[in-house]
Amino acid sequence: MYTQYYSQHDTEWRDAVSVRHALLALLSEGPKYGLQLREEFEARTGEVWPLNVGQVYTTLQRLERDGLVESDGDDDDGPQKGFRITSDGAAELAGWLRTPPDLASPPRDELVMKVLVALRVPGTDVHQVIQVHRRYLVQLMQQWTRIKEAEAESDLGLALVVDAELFRLDAVIRWLDAADGRLKRAAADPPQPASLALPRLRRRVGTRS
Amino acid sequence: MTVLELKDISKAYGQGAARVEALHGVDLTVEAGGMVAVMGPSGSGKSTLLTIAGSLEEPSAGEVLINGAPLSRMSRNEKARLRRRTVGYVFQDFNLLPGLTVAENVALPLELDGTGARAARAASRAALAGLGLADRGNRYPSELSGGERQRVAIARAVVGDRGLLLADEPSGALDSVNAEAVMRLIHEACKRGVAAVVVTHDAQLASWADRVVFLRDGRVVDQTAPLPGPESLLMPGQTS
Repeated sequence: MYTQYYSQHDTEWRDAVSVRHALLALLSEGPKYGLQLREEFEARTGEVWPLNVGQVYTTLQRLERDGLVESDGDDDDGPQKGFRITSDGAAELAGWLRTPPDLASPPRDELVMKVLVALRVPGTDVHQVIQVHRRYLVQLMQQWTRIKEAEAESDLGLALVVDAELFRLDAVIRWLDAADGRLKRAAADPPQPASLALPRLRRRVGTRS
Repeated sequence: MTVLELKDISKAYGQGAARVEALHGVDLTVEAGGMVAVMGPSGSGKSTLLTIAGSLEEPSAGEVLINGAPLSRMSRNEKARLRRRTVGYVFQDFNLLPGLTVAENVALPLELDGTGARAARAASRAALAGLGLADRGNRYPSELSGGERQRVAIARAVVGDRGLLLADEPSGALDSVNAEAVMRLIHEACKRGVAAVVVTHDAQLASWADRVVFLRDGRVVDQTAPLPGPESLLMPGQTS
């Protein structure tokens, strides 16, 4: 079960945080070798997100093609080949740091969909469905908190990554809590049929995939 | 060793049509060194559970045992002694006495219990030092920040080797950095052998506990499974 959730999360993270910009950031500190870049990338993200070596070299080749980094120039593509950032690369990095990610339109959230669907499936106790997810999320938070307790004091990068995960999971639990309360109130005092609510929302904001 | 045991605890307030059942058939066991979080929304019975566990309130049915001794068989005086010697409380609003210094606040439960002033002060200083407050002993609560005040409240709750710590939303109005510091302290007290129950609606606080119990409408509806090792998160895709 952890594998399933985490591999999915891992992919999302890779999409969101481009390896290109992470490598540019590391090179902004000074020239580095390919192998060194990979090691530093993993160290800075608290080793939570391992990066395969092929990904590093493919990305470096593309950065060089786009004029954002320069290499030592010899033909040897081995781990000892040195790279440095160009002024175009520095400008690209500065622009990326200040470009907000797309948070404007709501993501297609699997958990939200499950709760909405549970409302429509006869004989389903929605509160019990919510509790299954709440328990799972709290268990994940317990594990992240153990990592924070054990190691994050001495590793700033890891502490920031763990905080981000804890706040993200906490937000989902808060939504479940709010949904739980809202459904309880609705059961006691049924609202007007709201079948138009979703299409209206969809028209207004569109949805990220 | 089991420090706290709640057996089939129910609590009702009021009579007839006005009767409200705050707790219904709650079982809970906390071992020495264990930290249990009780999570639930407002009105789920969390605070009632804590006051009953700490003998501040009597259950309508069921039994509370502290260190194996049933509270129902204790006299009023015996319960008062238990509260002074064995049980420490931490509340959301700190409950420090404004007219006493920090060191006096922490020494107070021991002095009330008949410990000599000198020994009580020594224990107070030790508890404060353990929470990074060694230089705050002579200040008054009003001179401290919210985070420091809550640390003093924790020092008061664990002073003199108490074995049971009961905390009600212990990081209430604190920011997340101070809230984390408070939970870290409670967790460290547990590592020294204290049994703790923390009631909260906040998942970030609850996640410090070894076990999280979910309370809904006065009933325990669920609890977390024992924790797997943290390595299951650090190597994504390689766990099962």
